[in-house]
Amino acid sequence: MKLLVCIKQVPDLESRFKANAEGVWYNEADLAFRMNEYDEYAVEQSVQLREKLGEGTELTVLSIGPDRVVEAIKKALAMGCDTAVHVQDAAASGKDPWQIASIIAAYAKDKSFDIIFTGMQSQDRGSAQVGVTVAELLGFACTTTIVGFEYDNGTITAKRELEGGIKGIVRMKSPALVTCQLGLNIPRYPTLPNIMKAKKKEIIAIPVADLLREESLAATTSFHPPAKKGGGIVLEGDMADLVDKVIAILKDKTAVLR
Amino acid sequence: MKTLLIGEYREGKLLDSTYELLGFAAQLGAETAMLLVGSENQLPLYGGTLYLADAAACGEYNPDLHKKLIIEVVQQENPDYIVFLHSSYGWDLAPRVAVALKAAQISEVIAIQDSGFEVGCCNGKMRRSVKPATNKTVLTVQAGAFPALQPGGLPTVHKITSAGIGSLEFIGYEPAEKKDVDLAKAEVIVSAGRGVGKKDNIPVIQALAKALGGELGASRPVVDAGWVGHSHQVGTTGQNVSPKLYVACGISGAIQHLAGMKKSDFILAINKDKDAPIGEVADVLVVADVMQFVPALTAKVAR
Ligand SMILES: Cc1cc2nc3c(=O)[nH]c(=O)nc-3n(C[C@H](O)[C@H](O)[C@H](O)COP(=O)(O)OP(=O)(O)OC[C@H]3O[C@@H](n4cnc5c(N)ncnc54)[C@H](O)[C@@H]3O)c2cc1C
Ligand SMILES: Cc1cc2nc3c(=O)[nH]c(=O)nc-3n(C[C@H](O)[C@H](O)[C@H](O)COP(=O)(O)OP(=O)(O)OC[C@H]3O[C@@H](n4cnc5c(N)ncnc54)[C@H](O)[C@@H]3O)c2cc1C
Repeated sequence: MKLLVCIKQVPDLESRFKANAEGVWYNEADLAFRMNEYDEYAVEQSVQLREKLGEGTELTVLSIGPDRVVEAIKKALAMGCDTAVHVQDAAASGKDPWQIASIIAAYAKDKSFDIIFTGMQSQDRGSAQVGVTVAELLGFACTTTIVGFEYDNGTITAKRELEGGIKGIVRMKSPALVTCQLGLNIPRYPTLPNIMKAKKKEIIAIPVADLLREESLAATTSFHPPAKKGGGIVLEGDMADLVDKVIAILKDKTAVLR
Repeated sequence: MKTLLIGEYREGKLLDSTYELLGFAAQLGAETAMLLVGSENQLPLYGGTLYLADAAACGEYNPDLHKKLIIEVVQQENPDYIVFLHSSYGWDLAPRVAVALKAAQISEVIAIQDSGFEVGCCNGKMRRSVKPATNKTVLTVQAGAFPALQPGGLPTVHKITSAGIGSLEFIGYEPAEKKDVDLAKAEVIVSAGRGVGKKDNIPVIQALAKALGGELGASRPVVDAGWVGHSHQVGTTGQNVSPKLYVACGISGAIQHLAGMKKSDFILAINKDKDAPIGEVADVLVVADVMQFVPALTAKVAR
């Protein structure tokens, strides 16, 4: 069996974001990057399946981006992926989800993967498009937002999460793609021996130009903070002072403290 | 300008969120037609054109067939925009339609702008303006971003159907987990987010809830990590609450969390990040370390 998991590296979302020179995306200076949270669940699920299937199964991790994404790739390798592909894209020009998906599909086309795992969405852009688009381009069966995954002899049974916590259960045959939701499993922390082992695993670099054949279909024209809605008060400063102020406000504005 | 709105139907019912699509189309000032895989017994109160497929025949979740139905109607109606809700139904189906049409897709639209659409990014902290480069565009609109509009009247129904089975077999629904706490009744909810740091710190948040006579709530990662039970989760995939006082401790304010609590009468947020999106709905945002501030507040309240 051949498995693929696609990961994106995203900035730490507790950072302060400033627009880049073109004003269409964030300025990367001073940002710390890590693996997209949803993709950690995707990696964990693919590694669990890899472990279950044992010998003869190969799990590849793929990420598109500049050199910094190798860090995220290394983490996935330390979690248990076998090999890696880094699609090198240093150009700071924006690519839309259609192009990202086309690149992944162009890579996967002749590799006869049985199952592809992606995150449900990225934390920074959150289009929730790349996974489904890859599946459509490859003609794979696909379901999204999964919180349960079972594989048995070519058949996948997945639990999709719907609004209000209801779940929908679906079955499909491989080749298939699933997009992974938070809570699907408990992603492991790479152990030191596994981090060391991962250093020996191969990372194949492919220039993006080898795979990119599509123009973008949508363009970002501006990246900006939300318009301030006002109303709310922001309190900062000395702890004891803050507590007193909050107590006074709660007494004044709510009926819960008197 | 013309829109084709894709309504939603689940477990034998038309979903009210369908009316948000009409709210969106009204703001866009566009003509509408609607497509629904639903039932004749559950028609939307909308006096326009409705392409109706029978969910009993085409399935409630059968994206391959639903995609085919949509593409056929797109060919007849020739809309500029095909509009879904950004929901488990919409984000699953929209990219399939976009690929089939090779149309741009813009996800989770929150506002209409002069030359495009505004979407959120960076977990709600920032915004992007996006402009499609294709003449047909697939949109998903954020739940709650456009007020529901129920125009009334009964639609002119065109029945449509599609043959085939599709690559997915839908087995059935599993109900949401049983709740052992009904947060909807609580007057005060103090919720723990990932900013609380670790499971061992949960009692500190619980103590504030107790001092205020309220219940403990939680954001999803705290539930996923097993720090508290699912019945405490607030948000789209948890409970919707509107207490007199909601205290958000170390919660960033992702849209799925806000959807469950923004109707609270008074919102107090404690966050070390002054720019956290929770600040957009909070009446008071205290910029502090939650593990320092909360115990200090509890001590004062308890006195
Ligand atoms: C070098 C570079 C420069 C960029 N510059 C800009 C810019 O200037 N302006 C701008 O608007 N955007 C920019 N981006 C962002 C990029 O265009 C988006 O990440 C892309 O459009 C995917 O959309 P999304 O994140 O919403 O994906 P979603 O559809 O939300 O992602 C779903 C899943 O798809 C997979 N996936 C997504 N992206 C990747 C990836 N890169 N590699 C592997 N798997 C992936 C993951 O499994 C992820 O969980 C840049 C990206 C790169 C790599
Ligand atoms: C389909 C779908 C459904 C979802 N349903 C839900 C749902 O029902 N409910 C829900 O909550 N989420 C839901 N989510 C997840 C949601 O998108 C967010 O990931 C989640 O709400 C984030 O939780 P958080 O705010 O606790 O964590 P984070 O986003 O990680 O935020 C932690 C916050 O704590 C602050 N912080 C960190 N350390 C400290 C400190 N020492 N003191 C003070 N502040 C600190 C940080 O600044 C940050 O703002 C859903 C997502 C999807 C895709």
